[in-house]
Amino acid sequence: MSTTTHGHAQDHGLSHVMSAKMLLGVWGALIVLTVVTVITATQPMFNFGAYANLVIAMVIATVKASLVCLFFMHLLYDRKFNLLIFMGSLLFVLLFVSFSMMDTAQYQPAIQSRVEAQAQ
Amino acid sequence: MSSLDTTMGHSAPSHAEDNYLTHAHGIKSWLLTLDHKRIGVMYLCSTVGALMLGGVFALLLRTKLLTPGPGILDMSHDTYNRMFTLHGAIMVFLFIIPAIPGALGNFVLPIMLGAKDVAFPKLNLASYYLWVFGAVFFVTAMVAGSIDTGWTFYTPYSVTTPANGVIWATMGVFILGFSSIFTGLNFIVTIHKLRAEGMTWFRMPLFLWAIYSTSVIQVLATPVLAITVLLLTVERTLHVGIFDPSLGGDPVLFQHFFWFYSHPAVYIMILPGFGIISEIVGVHSRKHVFGYRFIAFSSLAIALLGFLVWGHHLFTSGQSALASVIFSAITFTIAIPSAIKIFNWLATMYKSSLQLTTPMWYAFGFIVLFVIGGLTGLFLAAMAVDIHLHDTYFVVAHFHYVMVGGTLLALFGGLYHWWPKMFGRMYNEMWGKVGAVLVTIGFNVTFFPQFVMGTRGMPRRYFTYLPEFQAFHIASTLGAYLLGFGIVLAFANLAIGAFRGRKASANPWGGATLEWECSSPPPHDNFAVTPTAHDPYDFAHLSYDEKTDGYVARRS
Amino acid sequence: MSTAAAHNHHGEEGHGHDPHLAHHFDSPQQQFDSGKLGIWLFLIQEVLFFSGLFCAYAVYRANHPEIFEFAHRYLDVTLGAVNTAVLICSSLTAAWSVRAAQLGQRKLMIGCIVVTIACAFGFLGIKYVEYAHKFHDGLLWGEKFNPKYAPGGHGEEAGHSPTADAEGHSGQHATAPGATITQEAAGEAKVTTPRNTSIFFSIYFAMTGLHGLHVIAGIIVYVWLLWRALKGEFGPKQYAAIDFAALYWHLVDLVWIYLFPLLYLIR
Ligand SMILES: [Cu+2]
Repeated sequence: MSTTTHGHAQDHGLSHVMSAKMLLGVWGALIVLTVVTVITATQPMFNFGAYANLVIAMVIATVKASLVCLFFMHLLYDRKFNLLIFMGSLLFVLLFVSFSMMDTAQYQPAIQSRVEAQAQ
Repeated sequence: MSSLDTTMGHSAPSHAEDNYLTHAHGIKSWLLTLDHKRIGVMYLCSTVGALMLGGVFALLLRTKLLTPGPGILDMSHDTYNRMFTLHGAIMVFLFIIPAIPGALGNFVLPIMLGAKDVAFPKLNLASYYLWVFGAVFFVTAMVAGSIDTGWTFYTPYSVTTPANGVIWATMGVFILGFSSIFTGLNFIVTIHKLRAEGMTWFRMPLFLWAIYSTSVIQVLATPVLAITVLLLTVERTLHVGIFDPSLGGDPVLFQHFFWFYSHPAVYIMILPGFGIISEIVGVHSRKHVFGYRFIAFSSLAIALLGFLVWGHHLFTSGQSALASVIFSAITFTIAIPSAIKIFNWLATMYKSSLQLTTPMWYAFGFIVLFVIGGLTGLFLAAMAVDIHLHDTYFVVAHFHYVMVGGTLLALFGGLYHWWPKMFGRMYNEMWGKVGAVLVTIGFNVTFFPQFVMGTRGMPRRYFTYLPEFQAFHIASTLGAYLLGFGIVLAFANLAIGAFRGRKASANPWGGATLEWECSSPPPHDNFAVTPTAHDPYDFAHLSYDEKTDGYVARRS
Repeated sequence: MSTAAAHNHHGEEGHGHDPHLAHHFDSPQQQFDSGKLGIWLFLIQEVLFFSGLFCAYAVYRANHPEIFEFAHRYLDVTLGAVNTAVLICSSLTAAWSVRAAQLGQRKLMIGCIVVTIACAFGFLGIKYVEYAHKFHDGLLWGEKFNPKYAPGGHGEEAGHSPTADAEGHSGQHATAPGATITQEAAGEAKVTTPRNTSIFFSIYFAMTGLHGLHVIAGIIVYVWLLWRALKGEFGPKQYAAIDFAALYWHLVDLVWIYLFPLLYLIR
């Protein structure tokens, strides 16, 4: 995190300047990917089942999110520590969500059988 | 190691004309100050006020518990439920979590780094006012229907209880959460970006490693508490059914949400205490801290491991067996970094030139309480034992040993350690030690009987009890009075010292961290000349000077 | 790893001429980098703040997929997609406002800020249309959930055909009767829905509502920036606020990038 990692930005002042071409390119890619994700989710020919389509939608969303982070948010050109802590925070989200999902899934059958018992 | 041969010029007869206390005058100069030292003092006064309020509730509860039933205070069930809830919520959210980072962290952190202030002074003041705002919400909750959910706000009870203060309290928690987040954010940036020349990571005082680890938890965990109480508020007002089982919601999910924050929050409470004890043990043993890197990294390890164990609060809540086994196993591993700290403190004291000063007495008390509190935590982490002990006084005693032992004794130790720096005057050493002994003994008399009661089946949060428990309850209550007296005595001694004590030198204990290089009390900008950092626990170049009753750096 | 910003031994006069440099910083770069780290830490807490809702979503979707497969058809994919595009455009102008500020293109910068605000209002407008339909049709949370028709029953709300997709999944779960509709004489439909379908709308309103509040906060920030920009406060050496606001705005966009497929595009 010393000034050496910051060489590229030093040329322009306080931080990196994104080129106009890059901004427009990223914007175009985001719009195209939005169209793609809508098509894969709605057109019958792209129906690969619930799980596959969920994965497809999430992969596209993650590509879009990466574009926004790396270019619009300058993470590719910024101090790498900012990228590191941002990615790190996602690990904690993963931890939180995955443990909660794992546990709640385990006791679902008990709830389900109770609901069925009550229904009778 | 080069010696500090130039920077001690202004340490001589201290009390420089211009210090942060005399820099500006009038109430407005305090209320709108951006000086981290003044904000620290304001945090100190406010959080101690919250401690007193929470303490009054505690004493009322203990007085009622002298006998089964309504007792000599003629207290109703409802009043009792509201009182233990307010005691817990006020102590946790208004005192334990903000006290040490807010008061001592604010005061000491920038000076220890050799900086003029925290990175964002306005945000720092905003954090303080968010605390005030949150406290106002809590007081409103007290008068507007009160709360009787316990400080944990478990659903579905918190959605249906007729005590209408719940929304005020949860919004208060929400606001206090952001106060805590902004404090942590500020400290992280300050430590990363405002370190003085020579202040490498491994020359940072251990208090700063502890505060840094605490801040990481504050930024990562507190937002989850914020969304939890926000959802709870929405659940109670709009009945959205995310946590309410009558609408298809999952109350165990609420507990996952709540403890994803609240277990790491236990380390927000104890880590700053660890940091203070590391400082005290090093400086007052007059010996280089043993295992500096182990202590430093164990703080980070505790902060990160603390995120992996929240499910040990759900062993008997309907959590699945698989999750319980995993959480139980990981919980045991936290004992390792905790024990590393204890052993390193003991090794530092071993064969050192130990000074039996008041801060050291508090450090002794802290270590005793933390060992008992920590080890009983292992009992509770073992699932089979926890089935027997859960929701009993054993749990109550355990977390009071850790949270009160951790925060209160460390806070006192830190205040007695840094008081000469903060206000430029010494306190009465004899009364300081008396206070330390009373607090430690009073604490043990209060809570040790609760371990015994817990193992024998006395449930927590119960209004009444079987006659067989009365002797323990009486002992506990008498201990609480002694503890309360000790706390008041300790604070009174500090307050009297701040106004009437003899003037303190710049470095009365012979500390080598940077805060001992500026005058007592520090000037408005902390340092006349920005210092250069060296090994924070190398005391070789410091020698006692009778003229000022303090230590000065000498050319080696 | 060391920042160890060189604290030079200079007095107040040393940098007294730079009114934008706070007294406790040594250089504009140090001040800027501190602010940047600060805003990133703020964004991290935003990520964890939203994570609670994503966690609730994941838990309920994993355990009750039939609810989500059934209820998402009440949402309008077209409006959701348009709103996604609107936010992406506002992200572009937000990013461009930073570039314009860095290069000293004052008019372009102000234009970008104005467009960003306009897009944000556009997003809220479309969201309002969607919310109004939901309120009108009883597609609400908890006990308020009282749908007037099955998904796709009244054309305007239908994103795509309900029956084509439903077949594969309905009936898998013993307590989920799947989507059936009983026509009654007066033209009023009595709709049978999977058990606890209201949870979908609880989560939908919680997620989009909290996101909407962030959009409103973003509008407030950008209006404040516009006011400052009109006063001429920003320039190539003084654009930190523009940069940090843009980072916040991109995060709001990021959340929506995930919300859109999770809520609207379920198969
Ligand atoms: Cu815990």
